[in-house]
Formats: sequence, C-alpha cells, structure tokens
Amino acid sequence: MSDALDLGVNEVVGVSRIEGPLVFVEGTGSIGYDEVVEIIDARGQMRLGRVLEVGEGIAVVEVFAGTTGLSIDGTRVHFLGKPFHIPVAEEMLGRIFNGLGKPLDGGPAPLADRYADINGQPINPTARVYPVDYIQTGISTIDGLNTLLRGQKLPLFSGAGLPHDRLAAQIVRQAALGAPAGQSSAKSEQFAIVFAAMGVKHDVASYFRDSFTESGALTRVTMFLNLADDPPVERLVTPRAALTLAEYLAFERNMHVLVILTDMTNYCEALRQISNIRGEVPSRKGYPGYLYSDLASLYERTGRIKTSEGSITQLPILTMPNDDITHPVPDLTGYITEGQITLNRDLDHQGTYPPVAVLPSLSRLMKDGIGEGRTRADHSHWSSQLFAAYAHVQDVRALASVIGEEELSKADQQYLKFGRAFEQEFVNQGLTENRTIETTLDIGWRLLSMLPKEELTRVSPGEIEQYYMDSHGAH
Amino acid sequence: MSEQIGRVTWINGPVVRAQGSRHVNMLDLVEVGEDQLVGEVIGMTGDVITIQVYEETSGMRPGAPVYTTGLPLSVELGPGLLRSIFDGVQRPLPVIEMRSGSFISRGMHLDPLYRKDRWNFTPKLKVGDSVSGGMILGTVPETEALEHRVMVPPNVRGALTWIAPAMQYTIDEPIARVRTESGEQELTMLQHWPVRKARPYKSRQGKAEPLITGQRVLDTFFPLAKGGTAAIPGAFGSGKTVTQHSIAKWADAQVIVYIGCGERGNEMTEVLQEFPHLIDPRSGRPLMERTVLIANTSNMPVAAREASIYTGITIAEYYRDMGYHVALMADSTSRWAEALREISGRLEELPAEEGYPAYLADRLAEFYERAGAVETLSGQTGSVSVIGAVSPPGGDFSEPVTQHTKRFIRCFWALDKSLASARHFPSINWLDSYSEYMEDVADWWRAEVGQDWYALRAQAMEILSEESRLSQIVKLVGSDTLPDEQRLVLETARLLREGFLQQSSFDAVDSFSTVQKQIRMLGLILLFHRQAQRIIKLGAPINVIHDLPVINTMIRMKTVVTNDDLTKFDDIEKNINEQIKKLETEYL
Ligand SMILES: Nc1ncnc2c1ncn2[C@@H]1O[C@H](COP(=O)(O)OP(=O)(O)OP(=O)(O)O)[C@@H](O)[C@H]1O
Ligand SMILES: [Mg+2]
Repeated sequence: MSDALDLGVNEVVGVSRIEGPLVFVEGTGSIGYDEVVEIIDARGQMRLGRVLEVGEGIAVVEVFAGTTGLSIDGTRVHFLGKPFHIPVAEEMLGRIFNGLGKPLDGGPAPLADRYADINGQPINPTARVYPVDYIQTGISTIDGLNTLLRGQKLPLFSGAGLPHDRLAAQIVRQAALGAPAGQSSAKSEQFAIVFAAMGVKHDVASYFRDSFTESGALTRVTMFLNLADDPPVERLVTPRAALTLAEYLAFERNMHVLVILTDMTNYCEALRQISNIRGEVPSRKGYPGYLYSDLASLYERTGRIKTSEGSITQLPILTMPNDDITHPVPDLTGYITEGQITLNRDLDHQGTYPPVAVLPSLSRLMKDGIGEGRTRADHSHWSSQLFAAYAHVQDVRALASVIGEEELSKADQQYLKFGRAFEQEFVNQGLTENRTIETTLDIGWRLLSMLPKEELTRVSPGEIEQYYMDSHGAH
Repeated sequence: MSEQIGRVTWINGPVVRAQGSRHVNMLDLVEVGEDQLVGEVIGMTGDVITIQVYEETSGMRPGAPVYTTGLPLSVELGPGLLRSIFDGVQRPLPVIEMRSGSFISRGMHLDPLYRKDRWNFTPKLKVGDSVSGGMILGTVPETEALEHRVMVPPNVRGALTWIAPAMQYTIDEPIARVRTESGEQELTMLQHWPVRKARPYKSRQGKAEPLITGQRVLDTFFPLAKGGTAAIPGAFGSGKTVTQHSIAKWADAQVIVYIGCGERGNEMTEVLQEFPHLIDPRSGRPLMERTVLIANTSNMPVAAREASIYTGITIAEYYRDMGYHVALMADSTSRWAEALREISGRLEELPAEEGYPAYLADRLAEFYERAGAVETLSGQTGSVSVIGAVSPPGGDFSEPVTQHTKRFIRCFWALDKSLASARHFPSINWLDSYSEYMEDVADWWRAEVGQDWYALRAQAMEILSEESRLSQIVKLVGSDTLPDEQRLVLETARLLREGFLQQSSFDAVDSFSTVQKQIRMLGLILLFHRQAQRIIKLGAPINVIHDLPVINTMIRMKTVVTNDDLTKFDDIEKNINEQIKKLETEYL
C-alpha cells in the first residue's frame, strides 16, 4: 500500500498508549488531521491507520487491523502526509480487493488511472441532475409500488435470516433500463457493479460472487471484501473505497454503477466501537451523535451529474437489530436515503418471496420516473389505489381477528380476499421470475377488480373503464 | 484586513484550537491554515481560541496560522439574493460549480452577491431629506415578481447630501451620501449584517392574517398566521419535505427563503429544476423569482449547517424590513440541533438530554423569536413566518428537539407514520395537531371568504373526533352494531378524510386549493351530513345512504373541480339535495 502513496512526510515516532484499536502517538511533528499512517510492529509487519485527532506533539490514530500484537516500545509510526487514497481504474472491474483496497484475488495491484481520496467531496446540488429514468428490476413490489430510479439510493431494510441477499442478487441479475409498458427494456452496455461487504460471512460473499458469475456479470463487478473475521475498524474504509471507485466509473467513465453495501449495521457497529473507546458523548443506544452525518457522507455519494452520462445507484443492505425499524441504524438511514424496501418476517414465514412489506416501503423518487411515456399513464393512480386498498386490508384483518370473518360486511370480506390474493400473486414471485412492467400493472388491475368499482376512488372513472375486469376477466 | 492571531494547536473534525492573541472577539470570523478555511471563534480561555471551521479540516496540521477578519459572520444583503442558491455561509453554489466543477472543493472565497450585475435604481428620496435606518432610499426591480427596496442601513442617521439619479448601478457603486454625526457616509445597495443578531424593527404587530398555503388541512384546520411559527415533526418518509415544498410553492408570501439544512442533495436539485418553470398564481411569474435557497446538504460540513439557519433568517428579515411578507422553511431543524450537539461534544461540554448541550432550548427560542409580524423602521408592515421541520429519532415526539420546539411555536403539524404508510397524505394527524392562531385569523376568513369558517371547521372537527371515539368500539365489535346515526358519523368522517384532508401534492388540480374551494368543499360535506342525519331520523337506513352515488362524487371533487371554476360545486350541491330528496320520498 505504501508504494501507492506519495511518501511526502515520513515521520517515525513512538507510541505512548494503546487502547482498543487506538494508538496514542507522542513526539510527533507536523501531522495532518485525517492523515494515513503506517504502523510497524516489533517484527517489522506493517498495518495502516488514520489520524482521528491531532494536537501539538500528539496524535490519536485508529489502526484498521486492530492493535493486537503492538507494543508500546516496539512500534514505529510513519505519517504519510495525506488522507487515505486508493487507486482507481477501469481495469479494477472483475477484481476482488480487501476492505482497504488491496488485491485479494492473487492478481497484481491495478495500474491506477489515478489515486483518489476515499472521502470524496460533496456533490454540488447545482451540478446534479434529478433522476427520472426507472430501472426495471422485474420485481412487482419494486417496479410497481416502489419504483427504483437510476441515481437513487434505496436501501433494503431486512432482518437476520431474511432473504435480502437473494433479493439483492435477483435485482442485480434482472436490472435493466426501464421502458414504457409494452416496449422491451434494454440491458445497458455501460453498467458496472461495485460490491462492498462489511463484516458479512464468507458464504454471503461467495453467494454474491457465484450469482455474478452465473449471470455472466463478473467481469463488470468489483468486490471490496471485509468479512466477519476481518478487522472491524477496516470496515470504516471499505464503503468509502467502494464509492470512490464508483464515482470514478460513473462520473469519469460514464457508466451506470450499482453499488451494493452490505451490511450497514456492521459498519455502524464499528463506528460505535471507536466512538465509545474515545469516550465520546453517545446519543441513542451508544451510537455517536455524528452517525447521521457519517452515514450521509456515504449515502449522498449517489446520483447523476450534468457533466456525465453515468449514474450511481445505491442499494445498501442493513439488518435491523430485533427487526426494529426505529433502531438508530435503519432510522438514520431512512432519514437520508430516498425511501426503503422493507422485508417482513411474517411474510417470509408464510413462504412469500420476496417478503416485501409494501406499506412501510417507499420510493420517494418514483413519482418522476413513472407515468405516461415512462411506464404507463395509469401507474400513479394504480399504485395509490393498491396502497390504499392494502392499507384497508390491515384494518379489516384486525377487525376480523376480533369479531370473526363471517361478521364482516360484504365489502370487507372482499377486501380480505383481495389481501390474500395480493400477497400470493402480486408480492410473491419466483426467484427467477422477471416480470415486465406491463405484467406487474396487469396483475395489479386483476386484483383490484376483486373489489367493487365504487371502492376504487383513487383511480379515475376512465381508468376503471379501461382496465377494470368484470367477473369474466374481460375489460 | 486579515491579521494573524495565532497558530493551530489541536484539531478534531470541525473543531480547532489555536493559541495566540487574547484580543480576539467571540464570534469573529477567522481563516485557518494555508487554505484559509473559514471559521468562527466560539470560545476563548486565556490565550486559547476555539474555532468551528465551516469546511472539511482533513489534512490540516498543528502550527497552521489563524487570521482574523475582525468581523462577525455576516451575510451580504442587496439585489441579487432572489433566484440564488447559497451554501450555509452564503457562498453562491453556481459560482462554486463554475470554479470547481461538480464537486465542492475547499477554501473558496467568493462574493455571495455578483458584483458585475447592473441594477435599475430609482431614487425615492431627495437631497436634504433627513434619513434614518430602514428608510427606503430607492427601488430596484430585482425580479419581475418583486421590487427590491433599497434601505438606509439600520445604524445610519443624518441628512441626505447626495442621491444617485435614476440609472443602472452595480451593488458596490455609491447611490447616496449621508451626513451623520460621525461624518459623511457613502451608501451602496450592498449591506452586511451579522447573522446571529436579529435585525431591528419598530414594533411587533398584534393583528394577524393567515398565511394561505393552499393546503386544506393547514388552512382550514390548523392555520398559520403571517409572522407565525409552525413545526412539522414526523418520522422519516412521513411528508415533511413534500409539505414544505408545497408551502414554498403556494403560500401567499411575497418572498420564500428555503433552507435545506442537513438534508438530501437531490431535494435541492428538485427545487432548482422545478421552481423556474412553476408559475406563481399571484404574480404570474416563475416561482424562482421570489425564492432564495440555502443548501447545506447532509454531506456538507456540519459547522456550516449550524450557520445555515442564521444565514436564512437574516435574509428573511431583510425582505421583511422592506415591508414584505416572507415565509421561511427550515428542513430540518433537527439536523441543525444535531450540528450543535456535534460541536458541543467535540468541545467536551457537559451534555444535557440525549447528548444535546444545555443551551439547545435557548438557541431554538432565539431562532423562532426572530419570526413575527412587525411595523418596520420605515413604518410598513412586514412579516417573517417560520416553518421548521423536526425529525425525531424513531418518530418519537418525546425527544428533546420536538419537546423544546413545542414551547416556542404556536402551530403544531404532527405527521403520523401510520397515516403515511396507509398513503394518507398529507399525513397530518388531525387529533394531535393544533394551531393557536385560530381566533386571530377568524376575522380574516369572515371578511375575505364570507362564510363562517370557524363554525364549519368546528363541526368537521367534532365529526372527526367522534369518529376516533367510535372507532375504538368498531375495533372491538365491528360497525354493524352501531346505531345508524353513529354509522353516518363514520361515513362523513371518511368523506372528510378522503375527500378533504387527503391532498396530493403531485396532482395538477389537487396540489393547491384556494380558500374559496376549501370552504365550498367543506360546506358540501357538512351539508350532506346534515341532510343524511335528517333522513336517518325519518327512518332511511344507512346502507342506502352509503350507496348514494354522490358520495363517490364528493370523494373525487378535489381533483375534478378546478380552482377557477367553482360553479361545478353547484351541480354537486344539487346532486346531494336531489339524491337525499329521492330517498326521503322512498322512505316516508
Ligand atoms: N402531500 C403529499 N402528496 C403525495 N405524496 C406525498 C405527500 N406528502 C408526502 N408524500 C409521499 O411521501 C414521501 C415522503 O415524503 P417526504 O420526503 O416529504 O418525507 P420527509 O418527512 O421529509 O422524510 P425525511 O425526514 O426522511 O426527509 C414522498 O416521497 C411522497 O411519496
Ligand atoms: Mg425530508
């Protein structure tokens, strides 16, 4: 790694204290805040770190690989004079790196086009282009009700043991630039996938790799892997390295880049650990007060800009501790991202795949990516009607559980039937089933037609005329 | 103007300590390091100066020099503010884009207002006039939607010795000279004002007019007064931003200041792309012509987030002082409070609740106190209305920012996560929200709209609260067991919810309702209720009332009847009367 950096300043100094993943360095000269550091242990082994705080003659350094095996006397520290940089190049596609950007696949270090600071810089809002092109994922709950656009950040809120990996892999496999209903959607040539694993198990990483291999996409994928048994602090670098490459590919090489970050909960744990060791004042559940800003510094690295044809779409995955959506990690994520796809354990138990809980899911950018000329003219009213009807199903179910189904009014009994069919036929779909937007819209209308016309107040009379199916299935 | 005052000794994110001079003022603007990053003095102990830096401090080293400007953090005020987008410390983002491309780089020193534009100045005073702060020297058509009134700066008083003839001037060319006690002073169209200090006015005004937003649940149920304060708390995805955007589009204010404080970049881009094309129904001009945007997105430096709120409100006060009604939106004040918390944490101050500093409540109070309807120094009426979004962790309103905010605002628009997930928008909960401006604005409704809004609203609220009471019973036994009068309450409440309260911001017809449309809709629903009540008493069963086609008509009327053709409501009224009449004859 050190050869990757221009060794401007190369100070060698001693360590005065070691605490968790932090080393406190004394006798330093001119050290920059946020600078990269090489730590060399008594046996001459090198590990990397970063300056978290500097004073005159002292610095607090976070050691990515942890401090195991470091001693106060035998450790030397080199300050490299600049923040963490990684090489970026198109030829990094098809390669696998560790969480700090070092090759893991036995291949040589990539020939860098240039070195980029992993912290990136904020995109100027005036330079952005508002996303409007939808991505057809072939999944009804997404395309129909929570449409994903190119340049959107849309996380999967999941829980331990739920099939978020399968869903993410299916999205990657099926994603194509959306076209109006009836026209075929096209796979883009200029696509790339940047995959960052943070603290996930080996089999998760290999599942994704196999899935990329099967779909023939592997040569368009770059993987940054920090696995469960890799040093936790390294995780703080992994997504930044991934996004730095993504920005290069999207904004300098005009590619449509899909970034998968998994699992954000592990990332946040690492951040919490460092913060606690530093004795910072915690906000909720021991997470630092700056967790929001820190997450935003990752999630906001998404979108489109005027000077490039490319885009970055983010699909972060997080497991909600105890399935609790109010836990700080999903909560602060939801406050930053442009919606969320929420998975639900009950649906999963029922055998519904993908177990997408429609009501707590949301795509904020959807409104500008659907409708006439993009998907179909009725899409917006149609989705609003499905949401409203399915929301009513929840009330009816609650009531039915008290008074029994037979006691329900006739309309409410129809809602119950609709609800079941909605979950079985609309939400539920095969792992390889790739539905066109037209199919999705049609299934929705077929289900809505199980309800009396008078109940459908969110769609227009004209739309009912055109799409509502009477009992024989005709319009 | 920059004098070195010390050298950096310690760096922790946006907080930097320096050692040096004891002659530095609290809140003075400083420049730190070779890059001359802008910061502000926020603490002093002996010769140690604590500074919050408005830019990323990555790479900064101990020993770096610190310079003072000798001035507090200030904004530039003058023609050219409208249509602009600035960062939290008033750097013009389009100029930054021209200089540094799509990404914002550090250490850029840019004039907030463009110096080369020439503005058509028309003098309103003449030589010899005695002038004092706030008096209007002349006017400039800043945009076609708004006349900029060039004022004597608040602290200047004396006699006018020269005023520029009607012609074009740049903002730093002299337009007047005043003989003051301390000598002759030259005035330009450009002024500075320290952001943390409220601008002066003559007096506060008692009389209140509503700020009409076109949003039915707000105007009709929980009205905000011009010069009033409102908070919109809500969990993520509950509709704070969409509501704020809707108000920015449709509110009957003359100037809009929109502060994106720690929120998404795309949301600012959306405004930037949309507002130049949306026509303000009142001025007939693009909305951008009355708008000033301040953007500190969530990935921009956190100290500038803290400043962005003050930058925005100072600009709002400046237009108020010209005699305009200004509406300011801050999305989200929670991010601003979190910025305070982050800085406070790095200063190792003693935390109060949830890590927030003990002065959180004071800062919130100071901010909301800068709202108000006033008589300006020049004797005109102006106002700043403040609408702050609040983002409570986990959507739990018991947290400190929501709770303290509640003490300083008078309008509480509580967003409800469960309404939002059922796609009832705006998801403003009608039972948890309140407005303390009801009595204040009742007179205006009576005079302007002519109907007894107060009474209609009270009837509707009664039906909605009755519904909430009844729904407890329905949850246990179903609605069939209720007497028909009560089932009618449920039916009318549904009409109110779906036909009136729900309003789509994205529907061309529905996104904005005039007060005339609002009152007419409400009147019809209540007319239906009274008529139905009457025939239920006569024995007509609720089921047949439920099946009346006019119910469907009323649920759809919001998207069918346009603001400029309210006569369609007459037809609906006729339908109600006829359909009820028909039942009446059947069941008598
Ligand atoms: N009045 C409305 N009409 C139609 N849709 C709405 C309305 N209000 C909110 N929505 C829907 O709710 C979504 C979320 O709204 P919004 O972005 O305003 O939430 P928010 O409270 O600002 O969330 P956050 O705190 O995460 O910023 C919107 O993208 C839109 O789909
Ligand atoms: Mg928002």
